[in-house]
Amino acid sequence: MNDPMDQPIIVLENVDKFFGAFQALKGINLTVRKRERVVVCGPSGSGKSTMIRCINRLEEHDGGRIVVDGHELTSGDKNIDAVRREVGMVFQSFNLFPHLKVIDNLMLAPRLVRKLGKAEAREQAMHLLERVRIPDQADKYPSQLSGGQQQRVAIARSLCMNPEIMLFDEPTSALDPEMISEVLDVMVDLAEDGMTMIVVSHEMGFARKVADTVVFMDAGEIIERNPPAEFFEHPKNERTKLFLSQIITH
Amino acid sequence: MSFDIALVFDSIPKMLEGIGLTLELLFLSTSIGLILAVITLLMRISGRRFLAWPAMAYIYVFRGTPILVQIFVIYYGLPQFDLIRESIFWAILREPFGCMVVALSLNAGAYVSEILRGGLLGVDRGLHEAGKALGMSTPQRFIYITTPIAVRLAIPAYSNDFISMLKATALASTVTLLDMTGVARTIVAKTFAPYEIFIAAAMIYMVMTWFIQRGFGLFERRMSRYVKP
Ligand SMILES: Nc1ncnc2c1ncn2[C@@H]1O[C@H](COP(=O)(O)OP(=O)(O)OP(=O)(O)O)[C@@H](O)[C@H]1O
Ligand SMILES: [Mg+2]
Repeated sequence: MNDPMDQPIIVLENVDKFFGAFQALKGINLTVRKRERVVVCGPSGSGKSTMIRCINRLEEHDGGRIVVDGHELTSGDKNIDAVRREVGMVFQSFNLFPHLKVIDNLMLAPRLVRKLGKAEAREQAMHLLERVRIPDQADKYPSQLSGGQQQRVAIARSLCMNPEIMLFDEPTSALDPEMISEVLDVMVDLAEDGMTMIVVSHEMGFARKVADTVVFMDAGEIIERNPPAEFFEHPKNERTKLFLSQIITH
Repeated sequence: MSFDIALVFDSIPKMLEGIGLTLELLFLSTSIGLILAVITLLMRISGRRFLAWPAMAYIYVFRGTPILVQIFVIYYGLPQFDLIRESIFWAILREPFGCMVVALSLNAGAYVSEILRGGLLGVDRGLHEAGKALGMSTPQRFIYITTPIAVRLAIPAYSNDFISMLKATALASTVTLLDMTGVARTIVAKTFAPYEIFIAAAMIYMVMTWFIQRGFGLFERRMSRYVKP
């Protein structure tokens, strides 16, 4: 990860976010390098989702700077399309398009946004379904799949846009325990292929195995960031220690 | 009191002479109404006040007054204005049929735009975000994600409104038109048997309603293939 080739691809500088009078992000500073895998954890309401949603502008930040692969996100929406094409996002609740078959979920955006032809879009979609190990479900509707399968479809759908960066917002927390590993396995594959990833997750096993950096947030601030070994073995901040003791006893 | 069941069945063929007009009123005004509804809805959700307010005022006026009153205003009231008589709309508004179509369409437009809005509100916000995150533009999301889902959600309420429209066409008989109810009234005037004749009319409306219900039922099933059984 300290390869000098790996330039910063996401930079957050002093980012503030308000919901009305409530400040959800307080001067966030975070730099993510190309191919870096960052796992973000922290208590509920600490601003994890808000932070990653600012990166593809599902939320607009109110202060500071966000630069994604050289595009600064400003209030004039010019760069948003470019950024969204490079940033894929996977949600806790899958958000698959319920009225479209799996294959059509994967083909819609490539056809509309990347203007791919039908055959090309289909070929790519099938290829990605193989990568997430469910090519046999292509002609089903999302409601006919298990949660784990749906989340893998959602990952494949994001990959269809050939993103440089993938954001995951608690991708396994809506899943039954026996389905968590099939989704994490796909994410591990992605990480091994060199995808830049920010993953909001409390799956500490995944963090230890895959993360280059673990970030702990509380009350809208980044409290601690360290490589996993350091983070788990020698947490410095009291809030981190408390949080870790709570998840581990879970 | 005697009930002449033969008269019920004898009057049905005569009354069917009015069914053409009833269907014309129904299909013309539901079609125009649907177009108006979509325009009104787009104005309402445009986020621009100068578009949203007129749309809301229109909906309020037409939902807030009886159709019969609207018909009378359009049929008896508007011709009093020179402006109307000299306008291109006069060709439509001088005929009771035109007045009826105008009144029913405006009514359908107001109600159906609210029905469609209900459908839109039922579309999960997360799907929008997924579309955004994939780089889809607002119109693309509206056409490929929101609309198909909203339409399915709106079908039950829309079919209800469609059936109400069928029954509202009967008001045409109040402005001299010979729709099914109009024909029924002329038969009553000759036979002095309102009971039998109106029961016959009721039966025909019920059969028509059955077909409408069935049609929408099939459509809903088709649109709902993807929903978990
Ligand atoms: N759209 C919104 N309007 C108002 N407040 C919001 C909104 N979204 C988030 N918040 C608030 O901002 C804070 C941070 O929310 P966020 O969803 O980022 O937390 P989180 O760390 O992802 O928590 P969780 O683990 O529960 O998902 C919370 O207090 C939340 O109530
Ligand atoms: Mg969250």
